[in-house]
Amino acid sequence: MKRWLLPTIALAGLIGLWQVAASSGALANLLNVDDFLAPSPAEIASSIWENRTLLAENAWVTIKEIVLGFACGVAAGLAFAVALRLSDTLRRALYPLIVASQAIPIIVFSPILLVWFGFGIGPKLVVVALICFFPIAVNTFDGLRSVDPEATKMMRTLDASRWQILWRVEAPSALPQAFTGARIAATFAPIAAIFGEWVGANTELGGLGVVIRQDSALLETARMFAAAAILTAIALILYGLVTLAERRIVTWR
Amino acid sequence: MDAEASRFAVAERTPSPSSGGGAGIKIRGLAHSYGDLRALEDLDLEAAPGAVLGLVGPSGCGKSTLLELVAGLQEPTTGEIEVDGSGDAAGRLAHCAFMPQRDLLLPWLSAIDNAALALRNRGVSRGEARRRAAAPFARLGLAGFEQARPAELSGGMRQRVAFLRTLVAEKPVLLLDEPFASLDAITRGEAQQWLGRALRTDPRTVVLVTHDVEEALYLSDRVAVLSSRPGQVVDELSAPAPRAADRDAAITDPDFIAARERAMRALRGSPAR
Repeated sequence: MKRWLLPTIALAGLIGLWQVAASSGALANLLNVDDFLAPSPAEIASSIWENRTLLAENAWVTIKEIVLGFACGVAAGLAFAVALRLSDTLRRALYPLIVASQAIPIIVFSPILLVWFGFGIGPKLVVVALICFFPIAVNTFDGLRSVDPEATKMMRTLDASRWQILWRVEAPSALPQAFTGARIAATFAPIAAIFGEWVGANTELGGLGVVIRQDSALLETARMFAAAAILTAIALILYGLVTLAERRIVTWR
Repeated sequence: MDAEASRFAVAERTPSPSSGGGAGIKIRGLAHSYGDLRALEDLDLEAAPGAVLGLVGPSGCGKSTLLELVAGLQEPTTGEIEVDGSGDAAGRLAHCAFMPQRDLLLPWLSAIDNAALALRNRGVSRGEARRRAAAPFARLGLAGFEQARPAELSGGMRQRVAFLRTLVAEKPVLLLDEPFASLDAITRGEAQQWLGRALRTDPRTVVLVTHDVEEALYLSDRVAVLSSRPGQVVDELSAPAPRAADRDAAITDPDFIAARERAMRALRGSPAR
């Protein structure tokens, strides 16, 4: 309870300040723009309510992309980490590449992904999954190999097979780090989905990224902020769900 | 793999593997190096079936390496190690259970499931494994703590669970690597008593590595003193009263004190008598 108190007060204070600055026209004056380009939190809130059907439909598209892409990224990341742990050759060949490849801005490949995978949900899933893959794969692998070598030796004298050592010792001890990777992935996934939609704007398919892009062109600033606010809420919920899952599963910490 | 499997089968058929003779350990002309670093040199050691061999020596004398070699976790550079007649690493691995220095209990498993780990690895069902671990669990004074997580146990209790995990593996040879180094003096004294008691009721061939000369002399039948790296045996002595029921009397006996003095002198590098 205490943990939430201060951030909540800070957030309320910032929104209040924004509200006063925007409704008094000070914000628009400061930015030297028309009033409608600097909407107040109240205007954004009423825009969410007025456009609730449109926003809900588009949010649903984005949520599907985020959740499916996240799930694919998690599955692939975990499988990759296990494969690298089981095969030393694979680890030596691929681990440096994986770490180095985190420097590649995957986002910039979005246009070519569109060309490869079409304008449907496909390229968005690929972008989200790729973004989620790296933190999960690297963190899980680091967790798997941080296991105490003494524990492995002990397990071998207790007749454990390689799989049993992996399943009974390495996997549980890697879980906290795997969850750290998942939390990082959860914060990136919504941004990745929006970017996929942004680049591959498909007005028929929709998505919050499409709404944001159109509204910024139409100078529908309040609705643009409304879509962004909903996206933030989705990101927070996903992060919260990952944290909740960690607390339910990693009970020994 | 097949050889390993069949050795298990033998161990499984004999519920108390060490009671009828069991496995002896023979080490001949053993040397081991890591690259240029010579860890162990020219070692000849023996433990009779059901006997406890204590190894004391300064830090870094290769005691832990020696345990790993006996356990079959690595092959020595030169020399022979036989455990119950098996000379190859896989055969030794099938006969030995290793208790590491830190308890390394798995924090996500209950105490009883930690103790029963080897049985689970062998494919015994969870319920059956718990049932088989229950009697030794209670004998070590842990009754009532079956479902406790390791974090809820005291240091002394954790060591007991760690020892049980080694014991319940039902291997003829136990390799104990400084099992009580992390305990305070009083708890360590108690630990030596329960370990002595456990080995009196369920004798196994044991190699006990320790820093503590008194611990080695109380628990072992024979104690070998190793020099610093490369580890070599500088003295070997018989314990006056191995695992005597009255520990306090045993460790204050003049013979025990004389043996302790001799081992200490050997450790300090003075020529042995």
